Amino acid sequence: MGAILDMRGISKSFPGVKALVNVNLTVEAGEIHAVVGENGAGKSTLMKVLSGVYPHGSYEGAIHFAGEERRFHTIADSERIGIIIIHQELALVPLLSIAENIFLGNEPARFGVIDTSLRYRRTQDLLAKVGLKESPDTLITHLGVGKQQLVEIAKALSKEVRLLILDEPTASLNETDSAALLDLLLEFKAQGIASILISHKLNEISKVADRITVIRDGATVDTLDCRAETISEDRIIRAMVGRPLADRYPPRNPKIGEPILAVKDWRVHHPIHQERVVIKDVSFEVRRGEVLGIAGLMGAGRTELAMSLFGRAYGKRISGKVEMEGRPVDVSTIQKAVAAGLAYVTEDRKTLGLVLAEDIVRNVTLANLPGVSTGGMIDDMRELQVASGYRQTLAIRCASVYQQTVNLSGGNQQKVVLSKWLFAGPKVLILDEPTRGIDVGAKYEIYSIINRLADEGKAVIMISSEMPELLGMCDRILVMNEGAFVGAFTAAEASQEAIMRSIMQSTMKKTG
Amino acid sequence: MDQRTPAQALKPPPSRPSGTGFLQANIREYGMMLSLFAIMVLFEVLTNGTLLKPLNVTNLILQNSYIVIMALGMLLVIVAGHIDLSVGSVVGFVGALAAVMMVQWDVHYVPATIACLAVGALIGAAQGYWVAFYKIPSFIVTLAGMLVFKGLTLALLAGQSVGPFPKEFQLLSSGFIPDVFAGETLKITSFLIGIGLAAVMVVVNVKSRATALKHGVENEPFGFFVAKNAIFAGLIAYFAYLLSTYKGLPNVLIVMALLIALYTFVTNRTTVGRRIYALGGNEKAARLSGIKTERLTFLTFVNMGLLAGLAGLIFAARLNTATPKAGLGFELDVIAAVFIGGASASGGVGKVIGAVIGAFVMGVMNNGMSILGVGIDYQQVIKGLVLLAAVFLDVYNKNK
Ligand SMILES: Nc1ncnc2c1ncn2[C@@H]1O[C@H](COP(=O)(O)OP(=O)(O)OP(=O)(O)O)[C@@H](O)[C@H]1O
Ligand SMILES: [Mg+2]
Repeated sequence: MGAILDMRGISKSFPGVKALVNVNLTVEAGEIHAVVGENGAGKSTLMKVLSGVYPHGSYEGAIHFAGEERRFHTIADSERIGIIIIHQELALVPLLSIAENIFLGNEPARFGVIDTSLRYRRTQDLLAKVGLKESPDTLITHLGVGKQQLVEIAKALSKEVRLLILDEPTASLNETDSAALLDLLLEFKAQGIASILISHKLNEISKVADRITVIRDGATVDTLDCRAETISEDRIIRAMVGRPLADRYPPRNPKIGEPILAVKDWRVHHPIHQERVVIKDVSFEVRRGEVLGIAGLMGAGRTELAMSLFGRAYGKRISGKVEMEGRPVDVSTIQKAVAAGLAYVTEDRKTLGLVLAEDIVRNVTLANLPGVSTGGMIDDMRELQVASGYRQTLAIRCASVYQQTVNLSGGNQQKVVLSKWLFAGPKVLILDEPTRGIDVGAKYEIYSIINRLADEGKAVIMISSEMPELLGMCDRILVMNEGAFVGAFTAAEASQEAIMRSIMQSTMKKTG
Repeated sequence: MDQRTPAQALKPPPSRPSGTGFLQANIREYGMMLSLFAIMVLFEVLTNGTLLKPLNVTNLILQNSYIVIMALGMLLVIVAGHIDLSVGSVVGFVGALAAVMMVQWDVHYVPATIACLAVGALIGAAQGYWVAFYKIPSFIVTLAGMLVFKGLTLALLAGQSVGPFPKEFQLLSSGFIPDVFAGETLKITSFLIGIGLAAVMVVVNVKSRATALKHGVENEPFGFFVAKNAIFAGLIAYFAYLLSTYKGLPNVLIVMALLIALYTFVTNRTTVGRRIYALGGNEKAARLSGIKTERLTFLTFVNMGLLAGLAGLIFAARLNTATPKAGLGFELDVIAAVFIGGASASGGVGKVIGAVIGAFVMGVMNNGMSILGVGIDYQQVIKGLVLLAAVFLDVYNKNK
């Protein structure tokens, strides 16, 4: 089979940054082609060039698709010939229904009047194809991220797809949802649809990819063929980082002390449907020097627990007690929670974590402005020093610390949010999916920081949907399901199977 | 975390200081100043030199002071992601209140002034309360306020004009810095204050450039820096001279200059200012960072009310009478000034200096067109088009 896509010598610059330098990418018809690289390597930028987000003329090089040179000026141009992209950040309208979203701008209509029943039926067909069991009338806000991702794919399928581009589609999915999505890709492949898959989850890539293009610092460094021989994850990492990475997790020598945070009978009601109890009388403690993991499926209530503890940022009619270092503390507002020594690093960096229009410096110091000011007056230079320090320790890739965060790559944005809370100097740091969308090298950095914090006598609570990460990092793992803890394991006892089993058992008890 | 010395922690800025690169990056600020300059030159030519006559420059400042002062408050409101449509009515109301107190009730002008400012702040608080704590859109709350205070002004004045004000109170608007040297043709004190101001500005700029250079984060080319400071210092001195050949620096100008300096400082250098920008940029993220977003929103409205009250006093003192029509439509000039000055309607972006320049763009156009005898009808048409053009250029530049 010949190449369906051939991108030759693509270069693209932003003010102060060369995002892509002479990149080549060839995708053969009907293959799954993975694109991997560190955060800020230029993967998303390359896909935006390909899909016409950056119009012809704003980059150098040529794009050949299905044998012809193509010059896209808008996304519509690339969609018309069958290149459909699903961006790293989901782009659905929350208050519209699934059907409305799928056919947005493309509504089946006669004389401008939308044929709602046709739309409904076609949506049903598409949802069946992607295996999503929801009514086409369901509003997007009522769906979890995993299901929203499937809606995006159904939306892509509603058009004529010849090349499907998925930019980190599984970043916010749990393992079952990810597996389902990858199966879907394999199915598309069987139908002859080629796809480009960008992901930091290398196990997924070795599972489905036919070929892998590795990008480093905006340039193609390697193309690996997985059909000829099996490519190990280590091989991919070596190409990505430019050196072998001995371990995925830094060594941990826990020195666990007395309890630092204790939560008793924590009960939280849903903010809108106030009769619904979301967190059901949960009690737990975390000790000085401990890394505590919270495992669970999407929607288990982990984020809700964390946010309700953090100054009641989530929920209504909250009851229960919180103790820090043995003394009861008031965490009823975010200011009080921060003052008590809590910090919460959100899983949703764009809407809850960053002020996108502002630069790295201002975002890093936002939660601890007193730390860079005297008498309410900010010391610019101290601020700069702080931000530059984090830039270096977390390897934040940017043109300068005065770069707007909106222009950072996804993974680097995550690091900025993390820096913000590290600078707030908490005693207990709650991390909600801290490595979502982060490359292997940077993950290692973040794990090292977690270890360092624990060694300094702080406690880290790590919420994660990536079980290997919890198993590799945590001293203790609590398993949450439907708003309650259903299992607890020490590092020695914990295993992926044991965790899944405790979730299953609790669900069965409920239904059976 | 680790405390590196900045020299180690910093990589050199990626783009070396180059004139064109620097200009491109800062096109917005310089563009605005250049437009103001161009507009002034244009009207200076069209009016055959009347625009920059000392008398007219003095008038220009007096006429514009209340717009500039309110633009400072409006900038914060808009940066915080809101709008205040009631300021025109508040100007009218506070002016009327001042007249009723001083003229009809014979209250001494000092307590009356303080009471009026307090009422302004209270009005801001009353509106901010609904916006901040009940999340009612500011557009609606202040639209209601606009009607309420317009009505209350009418009621307070019983449809009549009330005046004149006590002499001392009038000085707020019609007074000038007294000349201790008793200069005959040149008001020497005023001129010296102007020179002093220019000197202070240059010293402050040199100092901040020195710190920035020490930390390796300065990217303004030296030539630029010198030229910029020379031009600004020259302009300040020139205008001080112009004013000094007439009656000297107006009192209002001093008030205005102090407020501009204060608000520039607050927005650039203080934690409160920083938090307002964060609030407007992303309210949820700001709240989750421990910022008291509601209280901060409330305070921006209190501040706006206070400044609208001050503007009301200045305007009343200038007319020397309170009329039911005072303040009519001021909110439009003020809001236009802030947007011409580059603030974003969705919040989080905007600068004090921009708003001030925007206010002067509006002011020079008002004044210049009046001298030219353009009717009030076409004045509005032209101002509307200028607003649209300014914002268009801004958006266009950003997308390029
Ligand atoms: N609009 C922009 N303006 C300036 N710089 C940009 C812009 N968009 C991207 N960049 C820069 O280009 C580089 C590549 O970014 P890109 O988003 O393509 O990375 P990525 O490989 O997708 O990373 P990630 O894995 O973190 O998503 C980064 O250094 C980023 O800061
Ligand atoms: Mg990306």
